[in-house]
Amino acid sequence: MDLTLKIWRQKGPQDKGQMVEYKVTDISEHMSFLEMMDVLNESLVAKNEVPIAFDHDCREGICGMCSLHINGEPHGPDRGITTCQLHMRTFKDGDTIYIEPFRAKAFPVIKDLVVDRTAFERIQQAGGYISVNTSGNTQDANAIPISKHNADLSMDAAACIGCGACVASCKNSSAMLFVSAKVSQYALLPQGKIEAKDRVKNMVAQMDLEGFGNCTNTGACEVECPKSISLENIARMNREYLKASI
Amino acid sequence: MGGLLSSSIARKVAMALSALFLIFFLIIHLAVNLTSLFSESVYNDLSHFMGTNPLVQFGLQPVLIFGVVFHFVMGFILELKNKKSRNVKYIKFNGAANASWMSRNMAISGGVILIFIVIHFIDFWIPELNIKFVQGDMSGMENGEYRYFAHLQHKFMNPVKVGIYVVAFVLLALHLLHGFQSAFQSIGFNNKYSKFVKNLGVIYSIVIPLGFIVIALYHYFNH
Repeated sequence: MDLTLKIWRQKGPQDKGQMVEYKVTDISEHMSFLEMMDVLNESLVAKNEVPIAFDHDCREGICGMCSLHINGEPHGPDRGITTCQLHMRTFKDGDTIYIEPFRAKAFPVIKDLVVDRTAFERIQQAGGYISVNTSGNTQDANAIPISKHNADLSMDAAACIGCGACVASCKNSSAMLFVSAKVSQYALLPQGKIEAKDRVKNMVAQMDLEGFGNCTNTGACEVECPKSISLENIARMNREYLKASI
Repeated sequence: MGGLLSSSIARKVAMALSALFLIFFLIIHLAVNLTSLFSESVYNDLSHFMGTNPLVQFGLQPVLIFGVVFHFVMGFILELKNKKSRNVKYIKFNGAANASWMSRNMAISGGVILIFIVIHFIDFWIPELNIKFVQGDMSGMENGEYRYFAHLQHKFMNPVKVGIYVVAFVLLALHLLHGFQSAFQSIGFNNKYSKFVKNLGVIYSIVIPLGFIVIALYHYFNH
């Protein structure tokens, strides 16, 4: 298929940036979206032009590295997948595709389509852990009884790969789905209860400090999340926060 | 705004609690107004009680005004903060793909409701304050009978005003369609009863504004 691509190009963090139009031809419907980007980049290199910078790593929907806002949605129009799992069969011959970086004040553009998502790392460092002795005396996790229901909910929350699609899709650039997933995955387990109060308060404080917007419960994040993280986690985080504050 | 309301979640919860208070108030307001469809004297008696009872006037009314002002001011602060959180806008943003129009435009529906409340206050509240506290007439009487029902009918004689009221109530319905269930989500209520709350929210969001619309139209056509 032949496509017109309108792609955000930005030389560096200080550059203003602009949309640049590219034409790609003979794109196979079996290609992944990132493979299509590879084909475009090879053609740019052949023409002695600077290739387009974009994030990617595992290319199998696990690492959370790929991003891209495609035709107005993070990770493109399909549901429950990352950009690397998006295939060209989703598009039609002759389509025009808009490709932009994830936009948020807390996710500044580094170059072209690459954004700095270390704000998520700092939120995680503020409380997204449990303190356990790892000197060889660690208790076997299976020795602690945990209800299947809570274990399942915790695992569902832990499926978050921290890609930032929740922030990118939210009209307020809110990070609450990400933070709530990280709070929930521990809050639901006995190992996480000890530091539960400090965790939620510190992670929310760091989230606010990073400049993310506030959640207005539009639900866009849940729809666009490649791991289908539920809004229930945000309600749980709100409860945890209220419990910790009162 | 620091201290108690410095965190995003605290603001969100405060917004939700003020919303739930206003949701409750609307039920009371509609219940009183509905009596005007059935009985002039009951409407007059209730209006006189609400307008002259010290507990209502000096206890509940200030709380209500605070609730209204707080909800709008906090909504405005949050909207500004949220706008700043995306300093560079998308060229293409397909918001309709993942969220309802109502949820994405609470500031617009809220803004229309704010304009409506100003009109409503000028219409009903300020004249009442003038009669009661400036002129000092607490009798509620005019030409030998209670004035409340006659005033109500008089206000709805103008078709333009009735039209403004109807449009505002449609926007109120849209605001509530997202706001009702959103308030519960914000205070952390998300469990097996959430579906019931969502359905209740839809019924409430349609029935309450529709009730106000019926009252406005009834008095327009029956004055």
